[in-house]
This record gives sequence, C-alpha cells and structure tokens, in this order.
Amino acid sequence: MLRMPQFSLERPRSLAQAIALLSEHGPAALPIAGGTDLVPNLKHELHSPSVLVALEHVPELHGVRVLADGALSIGAMTRLADLALHPEVVARAPALAQAASLVAGPQLRTMGTLGGNVLLDTRCQWINQSYFWRQALGFCLKKDGTVCHVVEGGKKCVAAASNDTAPALMTLGATLELEGPDGVREIALDEFWVADGINNKKLGQGELLVRIRVPQQRAGHRGAYGKLRERGSIDFPMLGVAVRVDIADERIRDADLCVVALAARPLRVKRVGETLAGKPAQGPELETAIEAVAELAHKQCHPLPNIPGDADWRKEMVPVYVRRTLLAALTGSGPVHHV
Amino acid sequence: MSARDLHGPGAPWGEREPGHRSNDAFSVIGRPLRKVDGLAKATGAALYADDLVLPGMLHAKTLRSPHAHARVLRVDASAALALRGVHAVITGADLPIKYGVIPWTPDENALAVDRVRFIGDPVAAVAAIDEDTANAALKLIRVEYEPLHAYMDPRESLVRTEPAIHPGKPGENGNISKHVRLDFGDVDAAAAAADLVLEGDYTFHGTTHAPIEPHCALASWSADGLLTLWSATQITHYVHRALARVLELDPARIRVVQPCLGGAFGGKSDPFSLEFCVAKLAQKTGRPVKMLWTREEVFYAHRGRHPMQLHYRTSASRDGRISGVDAKILIDGGSYSSFGLVTTYYAGQLLTGPYDFPSYRFDSTRVFTNKPPCGPKRGHGSVQPRFAFEVQLDEIAEQLALDPIEIRRRNFQGEQTRTVNGQRITSNGFLQCLELVERASGWKDRRGKLPFGRGLGVAGSMYISGTNYPVYPNDMPQAGVQLKVDRSGAITVFTGGNDIGQGSNSVVAYLVAEELGVPVEHVRVVAADTDLCPVDLGAYSSRVTFMVGNATIDACRKLRAQIVGALAEHWQCEAGRVRLIEGRAIDTGDPARSLPIAQAFHIAEARCDTLGSTGSYNTPKLGGDYRGGTIGASPAYSFTAHVVEVEVDVETGRLTVPHVWIAHDCGRALNPMLVAGQMEGSAYMGLAEALMEDHDVNRYGLHAGPSLLDYRMPTAVDMPELHALIVESLDPEGPYGAKEAGEGPLHPVLPALSNAIHDAVGVRLRHLPFTMPRVLRELRAAGIDRRARERAKPARLATPPHAARGGAR
Repeated sequence: MLRMPQFSLERPRSLAQAIALLSEHGPAALPIAGGTDLVPNLKHELHSPSVLVALEHVPELHGVRVLADGALSIGAMTRLADLALHPEVVARAPALAQAASLVAGPQLRTMGTLGGNVLLDTRCQWINQSYFWRQALGFCLKKDGTVCHVVEGGKKCVAAASNDTAPALMTLGATLELEGPDGVREIALDEFWVADGINNKKLGQGELLVRIRVPQQRAGHRGAYGKLRERGSIDFPMLGVAVRVDIADERIRDADLCVVALAARPLRVKRVGETLAGKPAQGPELETAIEAVAELAHKQCHPLPNIPGDADWRKEMVPVYVRRTLLAALTGSGPVHHV
Repeated sequence: MSARDLHGPGAPWGEREPGHRSNDAFSVIGRPLRKVDGLAKATGAALYADDLVLPGMLHAKTLRSPHAHARVLRVDASAALALRGVHAVITGADLPIKYGVIPWTPDENALAVDRVRFIGDPVAAVAAIDEDTANAALKLIRVEYEPLHAYMDPRESLVRTEPAIHPGKPGENGNISKHVRLDFGDVDAAAAAADLVLEGDYTFHGTTHAPIEPHCALASWSADGLLTLWSATQITHYVHRALARVLELDPARIRVVQPCLGGAFGGKSDPFSLEFCVAKLAQKTGRPVKMLWTREEVFYAHRGRHPMQLHYRTSASRDGRISGVDAKILIDGGSYSSFGLVTTYYAGQLLTGPYDFPSYRFDSTRVFTNKPPCGPKRGHGSVQPRFAFEVQLDEIAEQLALDPIEIRRRNFQGEQTRTVNGQRITSNGFLQCLELVERASGWKDRRGKLPFGRGLGVAGSMYISGTNYPVYPNDMPQAGVQLKVDRSGAITVFTGGNDIGQGSNSVVAYLVAEELGVPVEHVRVVAADTDLCPVDLGAYSSRVTFMVGNATIDACRKLRAQIVGALAEHWQCEAGRVRLIEGRAIDTGDPARSLPIAQAFHIAEARCDTLGSTGSYNTPKLGGDYRGGTIGASPAYSFTAHVVEVEVDVETGRLTVPHVWIAHDCGRALNPMLVAGQMEGSAYMGLAEALMEDHDVNRYGLHAGPSLLDYRMPTAVDMPELHALIVESLDPEGPYGAKEAGEGPLHPVLPALSNAIHDAVGVRLRHLPFTMPRVLRELRAAGIDRRARERAKPARLATPPHAARGGAR
C-alpha cells in the first residue's frame, strides 16, 4: 500500500477556529473535508502539508436550508450521498442532485462533500500518479516539472476540471460564500474559475468555502446532468453536461448548458439560450433546435488528451451527450448515465 | 444477479442425462457445500501473508528503474545505509544468480545486475524499522544509468538485434524469446482444395490479473540456520527450488509456506524478486523481513496476458467442414521469459479442439520488449488464438450461410479421439454445451432476428486439466497427498496443492469426507507448506482438482482398505460388506452392526498400527511424438460454449452485455456451487478483457495507469446476468469424473461477443479491446451512425431472454 505522509491533525469546533488554524500554519496547512480527493493525492505526494485541518466538526459548514427568498443554502460539508437524495435539492435543483448522485461510487459519496467536489483539484493522466511514476516521467508542468505532456511545448497547465457538480451549479446561477482571514465574501461560481490547471480557482490563502447558494429557479425550471464514463461507478467524468431549461406556456423561455472534464475549468457553451428561446418544448422544431445546440457544443468544445480516454472520441461524444441531456431535462428523465 | 442468487443454495445444478449416476448416490460430492475457509475469509479471520507479524520484524521496499532499457553503471547506497533505522541495503551484486520458472530460460535477477529492462524493474532493496524509513532510504540511493534504445513494438524486436534485451549466442537475435513452428498434415494442400479459404488478421491486447491481494513475502531465519519464507505464491514448490538456487542454499534448509491467498489467476506463478530479497535481507540482518508490494508494483510485476498479433487462414468445404488451419502469431513477451516457452507452444497446441481438422500449422514467435514481463494468465496462451479462430469460424459460417452453432456441431471432434497434433481426448461434452446455450439463450428464435443494435453470438473452446509436462523433468509424482487419522475421528490431509481461492482445499476435504465417511468438518487440510506437505507442483494449468484430487482418492483408498480390513476381521465378515459412510462404519450384510467412525478408527489402529497413508498422481504417457508434443498434453480436456447477448449504442460505441450463457463440461461438479463460481468468474474476467481492460505502456514506456482507477475493470453494476450451465461428461480418469472448471470457461466470451456484435450491427470486430472509441470508429468506417437504426428494417418481435432466465440451466 502507498504510505501517507506524516502530518498532524487539527480538529476545530468552529469556523473561526478553522480559519485561525489555517492562518496560523499558512501554506503548510491544508483543509480536509471528506478526504476522497486529498488522501490519494497525499499518497501520490502531490501535497506535503505538515498540518491537516479537519472540517468535519465545524457546524457552520453543515446543513441544507431553504432561505426566505426560496434559495437553497448548502453547507460545504454536505455529503454528496445526502445531497443527491435531499428532497428540497431534488425538487429545486434536479441537475445538482443528479450530478451529486453520479460522483465516484457509493462509498466515496458517503464520505465526499459538495464543497470538496466544487474545489476538486484538476486531473490529468500525467499528474495523478505515484511519485515514482512521475519521477520516471521527469515530472510535468503542474508539479515539480517544466514540461507539459498533453500539449507539446505547452506553457499552461491543461489538467481537466473533473467536478461533476460544478457545471450543474453554474447552470443554476450558484454563488459561493467564502470566509478567510480577511472576512466573508461572496462570488458567483461563474467568476470563480481560472483557465489554469495548476490552480483553477480564485480561492485565497487560508480561505474556506462555507456555503453554496443556489437561487430560487423560475417556475417551469427543468434540469438534468449527463455523465460519460467507462464504468457505471467509481470513475471521474470523461465528459459532464449540465442543462437548465426554463419552460413557460409550453415554450422554452431560457436555457443554459455547461460542460466539464474537457479543459482546466468548467465551461459554458455559448448561445444556447438564444438558440432555444421561444422554441416549443416538444416536436420537430424543438428537435432541430436541439441539433443546433449539439452542433454549437461540438464546435466550441475541444477535449485534450489530458484525462484518460481518446480525445477525438470525447469530442464526438459532446453533441451526443448534449442532445441526450437536453432531452432528459425536457422530459424530466435525467440523469443521463449508461447504467 | 448471479446464477447462484437465482437458484439459491439448494439449486438443482446442472443438466442430468438419463442413466447418469445421480449425485444422490454420494454423501458429499455434488453438493453445494460451503468452502472450508469460507467463514474465515468472510469474517476477516483468515491470515494472509501481510497479516503475519514476527517479533523484531523489519520492513523492506524496492527501488525500481525509471528507465525502460538501460545499463546499470553504479549503485551507491551509502547515504541510504547511513539513514537512522535502515538495517540493510542489497543490490544485484548480492543476488547475482539468475532464475526463471522454466529451467531452460533463467533470465531474471532478483535485483538488476548490469541492466534494467522495463520501467519498474527492481534495482535495490532496503530493510528498515518501518515502511516509511525504508521508503525514505530508497530516495537516498544513487544509481547511474546509461540509457539504451527501448523496444516498444514487438515487430521491431523481430528485426532489430542491437541492442539486444537479452544478449544471446553469437548470430542469434537476443530479442527473440522463443520460436515454434509445427506442421500437422498438409495445410497448403487443404487450402488449394477448399471451397472457401478465409484469411484475416486479429489483435489481442495485454491484460493483467489484478488479484485483490498484492504480492507479499516474509522471511525468517532460525538460530540453527533454517530459512522460512511465507509468500503469496501459487507455486510453493518452484519457489522452494528457486530460493535454493539463487541463495545457494541446501533446499533442506528452506521451508516455504503459502498462507491464505487473496487471488492469483496466474499472476503469482513465477518466483518473484521480493521472495529472494526478503530472504537475503533477513539473512543479512538476522531479523525477520517482510515486503508488501503496492498495487503499482503488482502492475510492474505483471506476468499477465501476452499481447498477440494473429493471422489465421482457415480452409473449409461448402458444407462447413474445416479442412485446414494455418496460424502465424507474434507474441509480445515483455522483458523476461517467465513461462514464455510454454506460452509460445500453448498459442498453437491448444487450438485443436473441440473441432476436428485434418491439417494444421502454427508458427508462433515470442519476442522481448521493454515492458513489464508477460506470463500466464487464466487461460494461459490459448485465449488469444481462440478469439481469432472463433471469430474467423463465425465468418466462415456467415459466408456459407450456415448457423454459427450448426457449423460448430458439424466440426465436433467427438469423444475418445485424438487431435491432429496428437493429443488424446477422453470425455467431451461440447455438443451438450452447445445445446444448452442454444436453448437457454432462445437462439433459434432470436439470433439474426433481434432489432438493429442487438445481437447474439456463440463461441466454443477447450482447455487442459493440467498437463503431463512438469516444469522440470522428473519421474516423480506430479501430486502427492498424505493422510493422518486422529483418535477423535478427525482426519488431517497434507497436500502441497495451492489453494488460491479456487477452492482446492475444499475439494480435497470433500473427497476425503466422501471416501472415508467422515463429516467434512472433521477433515483438516494442511496445504502448501514444504516442511509438512508432500510435493505438488502448484496451482497452474488447471491441474489441482484433477491431479491433487486423484492423489487424495489414492491415499483415501489405501487408508480405507486398512480400516475396512480391520473391521471385517472385527465383525468376521467379508471386507466388501463394510462401508464407511455418514460418520459411521456399517456392515451392509447386517446393518444392525454399525459403529461411530471414531470407534472404527480405534479398532483399525489397534489392529494395524498408527493410521495414515500416502497417495499420488502422475499422468499417463501423453502427447505427440515430436519436440514439444507433451506441452499441452492433458489427461483430460474441458469444453465450453458461450452465447453472449449484446446491445450496441451506435452513437457512442458503448457495448452493453445483458446476458452471457456459459455452458461448461467440467466432467463432474464435485461442488456445483464452486464450479458455477469459477464459470461466472471466468466469464467476468474474459468480458472485462474484451470491454475495458488494457495493460499497456505510454509513449515513454511508462505503465499507462498502474492503479485500479486507471486500469479499469468492470464493477458489479457493469456486469451482465451470468447463467452457469453445468455439463457433466464424467471423465474416465478424473476424480469422480471431474475435470477443470477454472480457466476453460473464460475463453469463448471474447469471440462470442465479437460474433454477437456482428449479429447486432453487421460489423466484424477483429481487434481487441472493444473500447468505446474503437467500436465507434469501426461503426463509422462501416457507415453506421444513429440513423442506421431508423434505416434498418423493422425487426420481427422475438421472445425476450427473461423468459429463459429462471430456467437457464
């Protein structure tokens, strides 16, 4: 078995304590939520913290609430398994519930949290390997090396955002509530990402994700998530597609579509709303519009050989999963998953 | 859901022929009993190698090569040795003697002596007070390498000789591991005279065993210089011999023990670097030393399925009779020989059934490349040729407008016959296998008639129940068993056989219980301990049930003769009247006279002496009278037929397999639950290889993903319904008629899947693995896209398979 590095474990009982600990230890400390991403990364020597700050017992990070304005406020420590089955989440944000239900496998969803999935480190076949393996490779741009093995001569890391819940939250217009040594701030998830595989998030040193806010959706909201992976469980996405469609009077009023597992950040497919707006919610006119959206996505998405899985084939899967996920949202039959 | 779940523990297993001796005549045999170690494993009480801890034990780790091919110029371990907590560091210089499981090809060193041959090749080993200290020490060892050209393509190894991966004799290409060409009959004349000659190329990729337990070994030296090695091995006896050779020790001073084993599938049938390293480190430090490999290291140790590039030319008459098979095979062996000599023969020798063809030629070449070494994996050497041939046979049926099951029937070789390459066939239940899968799958109503995108495919195969080729030439028995009787009524069996999870210890216990009339719970099995047990050659080539089973029956009958003789004297009756059954000894002539079995043992012990016996098994003389003719010569062959049902998603290339019907002739199911488990496990493994698994290196020669995340194997939700249909042909030489069941049932699933895809969408896939990108490419090349379903003619409605589900026996 690969060994864990040596570290000390802090178990704060409040958000203030957690933030103080992270400030006190600086970059030598890392927060740990469910640990399902961090622990294997520690074993691969991708991080070498001297302190881990466990967020398990921080009460502010727990609980799912419906706010007075109808928004959902979801604690960052909410377990993915609980989120997937939470009746308010299922009713108000079906795409999020579906995405959470397809992260990894059942055991990992029991430990893994929404906050952890949103903040999941980017992934690449050249980085998520043991120290020995990476050393034999000569390391890579993301850590310890200078060469990108995905893009020849590449100077910017293109490790892939692989968080299933991120595109779903983006289509829902979610915002993040962050708290750090400099206080509380709120940021739209759309604004949170950076197209850099080394660190694709605007998260300050010592800052914690406290809660995720999903605003009240319009009446007639439909959502779905589609996940492409080889196995019916465990695997990270080879492609994730999240869809929001707002229906009014049996016509599409607005729509949004975001994808993940292609590039360093989750992406929004452009001009989806305008292509679908005004179209009837069923019938041949809708089918033509869905084809047009699939074509848009196909043109805009450029998978790289960063994660395992043939990149050309993943590109061909974009229109297929876009089409299927849009249909699933419209018919309420998501998630799109092969098992 | 497995067949076991469907039927429950009291399932009416298998088909019964009229006149076939019912299993009701037995007390134990044929009953779905629990494995003797089942509870220990299920509760976590079973002790595996890594569970063993000795006082003062040190932990060892291996330094591995980061180069695919390089000269090792210098190893400097001084900084590592200076690290607090480090007790010893060894390098190739400490273990310079080469070994290899096949005595003719010793080309491995426990640690690199002058050269490394793949990324992950062991270079040095450290023993320290704990694993972390040992790992830290590895990072302090300085190795100077001189990189050499690395071979990744086996075709390059065929033609390029310098640098040689294993420098050979002058004038020989050191990159060629083994070449075998054998001719039987005139295959070219057959082709010239045939109505149809079909020729094609096929690819089988690399796959690995991935047992859940990684390799682990623990060594300890006693004060008087006795070395004990506990190792997760499936070949205790060969490890014993290899240790003596490499450590230059008298084998009488070495004891090798196999603790409970967490799966092997062929991946633990070589002697491995860690076994020598812990022994040497324990010798150097005077303390027990354990090494447990990581999952990544198991991928480097590999010995899995050889990638093969196969070319077949099959000749047939208009009525579908095969007249000749001509094969040319290039085998990518990776960096060492391992069992490669045998692989090269098996790739040809094991194709000559269940079909009869009068002419056959195979020309197979195994080459070295700078990749983790290949070796024996479940269905050793014969899964790849079987794939190619059964796909080609399907195509012949298509071209001749014959039903694919019918063409297989027409070419059936029969029972009690001889193959074109001189192998003796005894029992053969292949026709029954075909009949069962045909019926259970609804073949006649559904094949060729399902809607576009869904299809059924069939394939057949045969496999060995051990062979008469011992790895080293000798005239001693292949399997030995010893029995010891206790006055309590308990019987202890000592067997060298390796239970690797396949249940061989359970089989031994069932046989003893049946033969001597004691309850199974009163039989203790002591196995795979070279100090305590008579030699058995190990768990490979599906030999254990057949050979150890026969040796067990031999020992039991000798012991029973003593006991029955003593009771006959005691009761003053004919010995033929005495039976040992259900825990009692009975005079069948006067059933009022009966004794508890323990009392019967007391009477026998008083009259005969201390009770015990030995038994053995050796194969009869078998095989063709030519060089290599004994390789693949088995005392009995098992036969299998599968029907696979597939659904093809023409937009993504995803293959979904809802059902596999597996009919297997195992001779007799000594325990039908274990047989069904082996059949299901085999079909799982084969299907996993076809759909997902791909053991390969990337463009740098680095393993493409040495983890169970990246080396994808199907999970429970990815698996089809597996229907195990047991056929019992009652082999004349098997123990109670039994033959193997652990490897044969793997073979047909891959070609049957390809054949099912052809039925579903009309595209023939000849190159494994059938990953989604590859399938989609092939579909697109054939002009099939998502509109194809709409274009296809409406299919005739057919009975869904669910009707056959419950009755799938």
